Formats: sequence, C-alpha cells, structure tokens
Amino acid sequence: MSLFTQPIGLTHYLVVGAILFAAGVVCMVTKRNAIGVLMGIELVLNGANLNFVAFANPALRADPGRAVAWMDGHMIALFVIVLAAAEAAVALAIVLSFYHNHASVDVDEADELKG
Amino acid sequence: MDLSTTLPILLGLAWLLPLASFALVVLFGPWMGRRGVGAGYLATGAIAAAFVLSFVALLGWLGQHGLASGEHGAHADPIPPVAGEWYALGTFGALTITIGYYIDSLTLVMFMMVTLVATCIHVYSFGYMHEELGVVTDPLVTRANGRPLKRRGRFHRFYQYFSLFCFSMLGLVLAGNVAMVFVFWELVGICSYLLIGFYIERQSASNAANKAFIVNRVGDFGMLIGMMVLWSTLGTFSFSGIFEQVRPAASGHALVVPDGMVRAAAADEVERIVLANPNPAIAERNIAAQVPAWREAGHGRWLLIVAGLGIFCGCVGKSAQFPLHVWLPDAMEGPTPVSALIHAATMVAAGVYLVGRFYPVFTPEVLLVIACVGAITLFMAATIAITATDIKRVLAYSTVSQLGYMMLGLGVGGWVAGLFHLITHAFFKSLLFLGSGSVIHACGTNEMPRMGGLRRKMPWTAGTMLVGALAISGAGIPLLIGLSGYHSKDAILAQVFAFRKDNPGQGDLLFWIAAMGAAITAFYMFRLWYMTFAGEPRDAHAAAHAHESPRSMVAPLVVLAALAVVGGWNVPWTGLGVRPLVDQARPLGTEVGMTAPAAAIPAESASHEPAIHRIVSWIAFFAALGGFLVATGFYGLRQLDPEKVRRVLAPVHWFLKNKWFFDELYRWVFVRPTLAAARVVAALDRIVLDGLAHGAAGLVRLVSRLDDLIDRLIVDRLVNAVGEWTYATGLRLRAVQSGNLRQYVMWIAVGTVGLFVLVSLFWNYAAAGN
Repeated sequence: MSLFTQPIGLTHYLVVGAILFAAGVVCMVTKRNAIGVLMGIELVLNGANLNFVAFANPALRADPGRAVAWMDGHMIALFVIVLAAAEAAVALAIVLSFYHNHASVDVDEADELKG
Repeated sequence: MDLSTTLPILLGLAWLLPLASFALVVLFGPWMGRRGVGAGYLATGAIAAAFVLSFVALLGWLGQHGLASGEHGAHADPIPPVAGEWYALGTFGALTITIGYYIDSLTLVMFMMVTLVATCIHVYSFGYMHEELGVVTDPLVTRANGRPLKRRGRFHRFYQYFSLFCFSMLGLVLAGNVAMVFVFWELVGICSYLLIGFYIERQSASNAANKAFIVNRVGDFGMLIGMMVLWSTLGTFSFSGIFEQVRPAASGHALVVPDGMVRAAAADEVERIVLANPNPAIAERNIAAQVPAWREAGHGRWLLIVAGLGIFCGCVGKSAQFPLHVWLPDAMEGPTPVSALIHAATMVAAGVYLVGRFYPVFTPEVLLVIACVGAITLFMAATIAITATDIKRVLAYSTVSQLGYMMLGLGVGGWVAGLFHLITHAFFKSLLFLGSGSVIHACGTNEMPRMGGLRRKMPWTAGTMLVGALAISGAGIPLLIGLSGYHSKDAILAQVFAFRKDNPGQGDLLFWIAAMGAAITAFYMFRLWYMTFAGEPRDAHAAAHAHESPRSMVAPLVVLAALAVVGGWNVPWTGLGVRPLVDQARPLGTEVGMTAPAAAIPAESASHEPAIHRIVSWIAFFAALGGFLVATGFYGLRQLDPEKVRRVLAPVHWFLKNKWFFDELYRWVFVRPTLAAARVVAALDRIVLDGLAHGAAGLVRLVSRLDDLIDRLIVDRLVNAVGEWTYATGLRLRAVQSGNLRQYVMWIAVGTVGLFVLVSLFWNYAAAGN
C-alpha cells in the first residue's frame, strides 16, 4: 500500500516534515555561507514545527472523539516561531560581527577555536 | 592648720616634683634649651621647689609642736607621727601593700637635709658638668685606633638621673611601710648604679657600677629575710603597725616579743593545742592563754633578732659597712657631684636612717652587733684613708668611717647622736666632696701627690675645704662651742663612754677605737688639705692650669661651709636646732635603756651627765688635736718625712695600701669561685646541653631527608603520572575540535540519529521487559 494512494493523513505530514528536516540538515552541512547555514536552521525548525502542528490537529488524531481540543502543539509551534525569530536576530548579529572581523561570511574561516 | 592633712600634701608634692622633672627630661631632655642645658634648670628648679615645700612643712610642724626641745629625756607628751596612706596597691591575703607616709620630725629634718644638699649640688653641677654640653673627648678611654674616645655630651642625662635619685631618696624617707622603703631602696641603688657608670665607656667605671650593685644585692638579701620574718609573724609592713606590736602601749612601750613571733616560734605547742581541741574558738583561747608563758620561756625572741639583723643587713650594704664596704671607694668613678650627693650625703646615709627608723625593733643583741660593725668599719676605713693618694678615695674612706661612727652611736643607744651625726656629716662631707671636685676640675687629676700649693690659685676652695676638714675633725672649744662635727661626734663619743660604764670589757674597746678613729680622722683630713693646698706645687703643669672654679661652683661651697659651721648649733634663745628637732621624733620607749645578757644599752640621757660630757670632750679634743699636729708635722711644716715612716712601717703600709686586702679576699673567696663555677656550667652547657640539642636537630634532619625521598620518588611520581595521562588524553582529543562548523553540524545530526536509533531500540527492550 503506497502513501500516494491513501487519503491525506498524519503520515503524510510527518513525511513532509522529515523531508524539510533532512533538507535543512543537508543545507547546514553543505553551505559555506553563514546565511545559508541560518536558512538551513530555519528549515530544520519548520520541519519540527510541522510535526507539532500535525500531532495537534484533532482531525488527524487516533482519538477524534475528544470533547476538548488540545492546543499545546499549536502553542509550542508558536513558541518555536518566536524562538526562531530571536535566534535569527542573534545569529545575524553574530554573522555581521564576523563579517566585520574577517570581511567574509565563510564559516570555514571561523576556526580560531580549533584544538 | 591641720598638720595631718597639710604635711602629706606638702611633702608628697616635694617628693613628686623631682619625678615630674625626671619624666620630662626623659622625654624631652636633649631638646631642652641649647644642647639640653634646660634639663639642668628644670631639675634644679624641681629640687629647689621641693626644698621650699619641705621648709614650709617644717615651719608648719614647728608652729604646731613648738620649739621646746626634748633633750635630757624630758618627754612630757610624745608627739605622734603623721602616718597614713595615699593609695592601696593591692591586697594579698592578710597583707595590704600601700603607698603610705610616716612623717615625724626626723622625716622633716631628712627632707630639709636632702633637698638642701641636693639643691646645692644641682647648682654646682652646672659648673662641674659644663663640658658635657658639647662634644666630650675622654682621654681615659682609648679607641681601637689608638685615639681617645669622642662622644656627645650627656648633660641632660646627668640631671635626669639626679632627678630620679632625688625622687627615690625622698620616697625612701617618706615611706610609711617597709615594702615601700624596699622599693625606693632599690631605686636609689639603681640611680647609684647608673651614675657610677656615667662614664660608661671607661672599663673601671662600668666595673665599679657592677660592683656597687652586686655588693648591695648581698645586703638586700638579708633585708628581704628580715622583711619576710616581719610580715610572716606580724602580718603588716607598716611602721606604725610594727611598732605597735613590738612596743605595745600596754607594756609602757618597752620592747616585748610580739604575739605573732611567739606563736610562730612555738608552732609545735600551738599545733598540739589545735589538735586537742576540735573547737577553733576554744583552741584559740587556750593558745592566747599560753602566749605569755611561752614568751616568758623565750619563744620567738630569736625571730625578733633575725628580723633586726636582717634589716640591719640591708643597711650594711647601703651604708657601706664592714664587710660590704668595698663598693663605696670604687664608686668614686662617677662624677664628683654624684659622689657628693649619693655616695656621701644621702644614699649611703639611708642605711643609717633606716637603722634609726627601725630602732624600736632592735634588741640589745642586735644593737651590740650594730655597734661592733660600726666600730670595726670606722677604724678600718680610717686607717685605709691614711695611705690613699687619690683625693676622692680619701674622702670615700672617710665617708665609710663616719658612717661607722653613726652606726656605732646608734648601736650603743645614741639614737639622736647617730642621726645628728648623719645630718652634720651630710653638710661637711658634701662640702668636702664638692671642694675636691673643684680641685679635680682645676687640675685634671685625682692624685694628691701631683697637687700642692693650690691655696693661692683657689682661695675659696681652699678656705671652704679647710672649714670642712675642721668640721669633720670635730674642731671646737671643748665644753663651749664648735663646728657641727664637734657637737655630733662628741655626742656619739659620750654615748659610747656611757656604754663603757655599763659594759666594761667591750665598752672599753669600742670607746678607744672611736677615740683613736677621731685622731686618725683629723690626721688624714689635714694630710689631704696640706697635700692639696699647702706648700709649693709639685706638678708645675697641673698647677699652671689651675684656676678658681666658676661662681656656680663656689656658691654651693660657701653655703655648705656655712652649714658645716652652724649645723650643730641651736638658734640662740629658742633651743631650736637639728638635735632637739630630731629628738622630737624619738621612737616611744627608746628613751630608757635596755638590758640583756649580751649587753646593757644605756639610755641616751646617761651621756648628758656633766661628768661624762667633760671627760669625753677633752679626750675628743686632744685626739683630734693630736691627729692635726702629726699631720701638720708631716705635711704642713714638713719637719718629719713620711717616707721614713713608710720605710720603718713597711708591712703596715703595705697592708693599708692594699686596703686590708678585702678586694683580694673577695676576689679569691667569692669572685673567682663564682667565675670558675660559671665556666664549668658554661662548659656543661656547651658540651652536654648543646650536644643534646644538636643531636636532636641532626635526627630531625635525617628523618626529614627520608621524608623528602618518599615525597619525591613515590608521591610526586604518582601525581605526575596522573597529570601526564590527562595531558596525553587531552592531546588526543584535540583533533576533535577541528574548527569546521559544517563538520560539527554533521556530528550533531549523526549523533541525534544515533541517539534516536539507540533510544528506539532500548525502548522496545524496555517495553518487552514490562
């Protein structure tokens, strides 16, 4: 039984989230540009966010009969978005400062702490 | 005016003023005036003010108690002393140590004498110590490079010690208890020590200072024993307390052995009664009932004798009596004003004063010892003075001899006679010393054979010294009037004569010794005067430099010469004089004689009998005249040749020249054995004790070396191994920190996946376990 033939369910959301996560990780590992790395981080966070939202959706859950909808997945997703924004602000400030010192945003040059 | 409040204030102030001066000079002496000359003015001012205060106190006393003399034993109503305490230092069991006072006319007379003589000598010292104001070159001290010592002057230090001495001496006189007397006794001793050693760079001066101090310790040891006896049996140190117990009013102030001494001596019987009676009150009553019987049996009398001999022992040391006289002649190493003040007029007289103060305690046996010691001292010292050539040494031996007279006088019952001689002697002996200082100042030598013919150069000094020599010889018109020495010495001789009547054997001996001493005194004093002032100069160099001393030195000489003349007189028509004044202080019960198997001490009034007085006056006159004539024959007219006599009496001269070999005797009997013992002990110290200590140290070193090996070979290596291992691990782990950001991210991802796989695997196992 293939996913493609099934109606849209939880698994599909999870697959999309996993793809986003994997793409983010690959982006972080392969990009030498610091901005690219930050973009990878955003992808990873959003992949995780998708999972939270999917698990929180009552329509997609195994116990749809619950009277009160749970909102904690949504809340965590919102927190992650805020966190991502804050992280991006700090990270961009670090990148800017790094640029001032090295006239470059190549993360491979940031190896002063090499053992 | 209430004497019991004003006298302690006046005399207390007079006592403390020199202390204030001392404190100020100690702190600021070198900065007072030019080169510290202000210290001299301060000290002189303090002692002069003390003199004025003493004089006011004396006037107050006379105003209250009148001028009536108590001579001839007429004691209508005895004058009680003003006694009390200023401050209690502490209480130890039954004993309270206090700063107290005991003021009677003797105290006042002593205050007058000390402050007056001290003021004169303070003024004199301005001239005598003048060169101490600048840089002093001491020709008697040679430095290592062969040149004489040059040092800064110590003018202020001289006056600093003088002030401390005046304070101590006045405190000694004022003291109200024996403990306080002892404290000031030691204080005058230390002042004497410091001033004898004033020229500390001279070996002889520092030796003399040590000798004076150590010899005095011997006497003080006896004094401590006496004090211990007094305190342990009488339970008090205060004069009033002791006198009340020794001469209670109940027995008519006759000497009795106090209860405390009886009980202490009869300790066995007391113990038996206490053991037999469990009830302490009954036991106490039984003991009290027994005490008179025990006293009758003679219990405790030896304690009274020991107490008296102990106190006298201290006086022997301080007053340079035989056999502890050896320190005083050596003490002449100090500056001459010191000799005049401390070693002639005041401190050495303190011993005589204390004998007088403690007179009520002395039994006839003790008094006999005092008389004999005095007689031996006066004769021995007088004979040594004949051969001495150092002008100050002649005077020093003369002082010893005169102190012997005082002791003899006191010992044979002449309480007033002995203390009277103390006062007159202070005047003429300080005069003689100051005169000799003036001579030394002028000639720069102490040796009389290098002097001579100085009377033309120094008429004032020669004249005043002649007065002093006449006074000490006891010159006067027999039975009529004379210089101060005539009155006091005659009083002593008369008392010895009275003693002779009661004790034929020993009395004869004592009297003829005393009379012979008088002749010798006149001889050596005029020998001194003739050799110094008469004839032609023997040493042209010394004579050429001689000159009359400055006015500050002559003025005290004149004042003291006047006192040496009139010191023994009573003010006409009033009967006021030193002698009746001293007589007012006569301790209760001593106006009558005492009898014991050893000796009968006559009452002092016995010596005033015209029969005795007349004989003694003539004997003393002819003795002194004989001495004077012989001296004139030898040294004045030079008709007789002393050299011939010296040759004829060679062994005697040799014996006297060596001062009866006392120094040699003490050197062989005490000093050398002590030094030898010290050397043995030092060797013991070096070989045994030091060896032990070194051995212990070596052992410790050995152990520590072992410990060091263990430390280095085992502990250190262990620690190093751990460190090296940690270091190597760190080096290996260093490679992980590549600095490649993308690699880190990959590690994180791989690690996360790995963790995830692991958790999911174990999750299943855990679920299966459940």
